[in-house]
Amino acid sequence: MVATAFDRAQVLAWLDEVKDPEVPVLSVVELGVVRDAVMAEDGHVTVTITPTYSGCPAMREIESGIRDGLLAHGVTAVTVQTVYAPAWTTDWMPETAKAKLEAYGIAPPGRAETSDELVPLRRAGVLPRCPWCKSSKTELRSEFGSTACKSLCWCNDCGQPFEMFKAI
Amino acid sequence: MPNRALFSALLRLGDDRLVLGHRTSEWCGHGPVLEEDIALTNMALDLVGQATLLLQYAGEVEGAGRDQDALAYFRDALEYRNALLCELPKGDFGVTIVRQFLYGVYSVLQWEALSASTDTTVAGIAAKALKESKYHVRHAGEWVIRLGDGTDESHRRAQAAVDLLWPYSGELFMQPADEAALVASGVTADVSVFEAPWTAQVQAVLTRATLAAPDVAWMQRGGRSGAHTEHLGHMLAEMQIVARSHPGAKW
Repeated sequence: MVATAFDRAQVLAWLDEVKDPEVPVLSVVELGVVRDAVMAEDGHVTVTITPTYSGCPAMREIESGIRDGLLAHGVTAVTVQTVYAPAWTTDWMPETAKAKLEAYGIAPPGRAETSDELVPLRRAGVLPRCPWCKSSKTELRSEFGSTACKSLCWCNDCGQPFEMFKAI
Repeated sequence: MPNRALFSALLRLGDDRLVLGHRTSEWCGHGPVLEEDIALTNMALDLVGQATLLLQYAGEVEGAGRDQDALAYFRDALEYRNALLCELPKGDFGVTIVRQFLYGVYSVLQWEALSASTDTTVAGIAAKALKESKYHVRHAGEWVIRLGDGTDESHRRAQAAVDLLWPYSGELFMQPADEAALVASGVTADVSVFEAPWTAQVQAVLTRATLAAPDVAWMQRGGRSGAHTEHLGHMLAEMQIVARSHPGAKW
């Protein structure tokens, strides 16, 4: 295969097969981690990514997943570069990805909060519905969960714990 | 380009987060409840992540071949530039939470200002870290209110934490002289301007928490120029032992 046969859409379609190691139901494209992919005349592909959280331990894994994924499709040279601006936000996540998350058992993120009040007395945030029984009688147990990107919730109807993707 | 000054400025930013992040990580497996154990280690992860980005950039600016690991693991206490507040022992849960709050409010103000830095790398790191630090302040601030306005015992401990930490807060707002050119060119922000908004935001939460800031005449200082408390050396010994025992090891 000659390198020039790929175009950006093709490269992005291949990247859509690379899953997030912690949330394997979402691809690195759906997650918003992949910001761009460009190919030089000689077929060298440069993928631009942005970290979800500054200390996300999955970033190295994601980087090697991207490299391996593209090499498996016949790309001969891959560079993965990291940018920090614009800062990653869950608002980039498409509705289709949010539906996949819920089906997987993780409540999808709502709109990222824009409140200027640092320590609000009452939260404006809407509680997620339970991804298992769809009840809205849920509560936030902890703002922090098993990974940097999730919080821990509880469903008062079906009595099950579940995780919610933090909206940031 | 005043690279030496930028290197020092990045160390001050990065060392604060690295040292506070390590102190916070000491709660791993020791949190009062599981949820809080996870919360503290998540905050530690964010802080160490921010430090990684800042020290990586510091290494590039210095141009001497040191990366973020070399700067974290192979500098001694005298070469660290963090504020003294960050290195004090984690204490009880009250001390940890009050410090997280006091430093967090400062951090949010600093990241807000640095998001507009004329240095695009600094601006990018700041915009990302700002979201994380806002999350930390909200969490810590709610705990300060809960502890201060809680039981007699939680109030006593929270007030003791405020009394202990307050004399270390002033150093955060002492602007280092060698950053004048960087501030003038919009690369870094003058930290002295954060004192008024910091005081207002902290006071608002302390009041709600029925806590009071002590009247202190002298603010502790020294960390920004490498004069640390005896606690930092002990902390670094623990943090650096593996890297120094097995230099170059990969896992």
